[in-house]
Amino acid sequence: MAHDQHPHPAAGEADTHAMGEVHEHPTWKQYKWVALILTVITIVEVWAYYVPAWVASWTFVPSLLIMSAVKFTIVVMFYMHLKYDHKLFRVLFVGPLIIAAVTLIVLMLLFGQL
Amino acid sequence: MATTAVPSQGHPPSSTGLDNRKIAIWAFIGSECMLFTSLISTYLVYKGKSVVGPFPHEACNPPQCAQALPPILDIPVTSASTFVLLMSSLTMVLALAAVENKGKPGWGPGGWWGLGSSKLWLLSTTLLGAIFLGFQAYEFTAFVREGLTIKTNLFGSSFFTLTGFHGAHVSVGVLWLLTLLAIDMRRGLGPKDALIVDLSALYWHFVDVVWIVIFTLVYLIQ
Repeated sequence: MAHDQHPHPAAGEADTHAMGEVHEHPTWKQYKWVALILTVITIVEVWAYYVPAWVASWTFVPSLLIMSAVKFTIVVMFYMHLKYDHKLFRVLFVGPLIIAAVTLIVLMLLFGQL
Repeated sequence: MATTAVPSQGHPPSSTGLDNRKIAIWAFIGSECMLFTSLISTYLVYKGKSVVGPFPHEACNPPQCAQALPPILDIPVTSASTFVLLMSSLTMVLALAAVENKGKPGWGPGGWWGLGSSKLWLLSTTLLGAIFLGFQAYEFTAFVREGLTIKTNLFGSSFFTLTGFHGAHVSVGVLWLLTLLAIDMRRGLGPKDALIVDLSALYWHFVDVVWIVIFTLVYLIQ
């Protein structure tokens, strides 16, 4: 496969579409793997929903939350290229995300849902 | 008098050396994180507090409901729509890669003819987004037919508000992609246009990650 022999043409080259920024993007192979991993995790999540023993177990909610967090992180890191982009973008995204997560937890504690 | 050199075309450079539009989209995405967290928080705070049915994961029997109703959430249908949205993220990154690498020899997944085309991937993403909206329209219609509206109970109010806002964001994304597709058809998108495609891609992936969270918190956790 021609492209597999030659990784993503953008990889290794300066990508300057964000002015002054130099970074690499994942390869086509990595994109395929990311899609496969996301699909497998989604299948496991849905399968877990249909296993009564798992649903009744205390591990059900934490495992779903972990799987969801892994999917979230993979999309943000690889598809949104945050892993490869400038640090400022990470700050702009992760900062509000932390505020949002803390707010959610505090609200759930206040209303007795945790 | 102090003067500032401003290029005659385009935007002046920022002090960070980064493009203002990209900084803006990330700041916008950060603010959207907080918007969706407020909607998700509302859903979770009200979870299990509905006095009348239908309920998301439990059957509703008289007297809470006029007649016995099964759990209202349709997990197989939503799983399919989740898969569609995840695949749309893949086609979106391929569209961006195709635009960035247009004209470069050997570009394309596996070098297969046509698979390096930005038009193909933009069209695929748009169609997948439209299919997701179709699933959502089907779900909303089915819920209303089964007696769950935005006014029925706390679950209905918070569910329709949350998923409705998400659906509105997907609709905006589909319109954005359609404009890119129109530009691509008209004059072709090339490496110099990579940033405008990147901005739409970031928005689209954000819509996808929001759904990842909604799918787990609303649909799967009972």
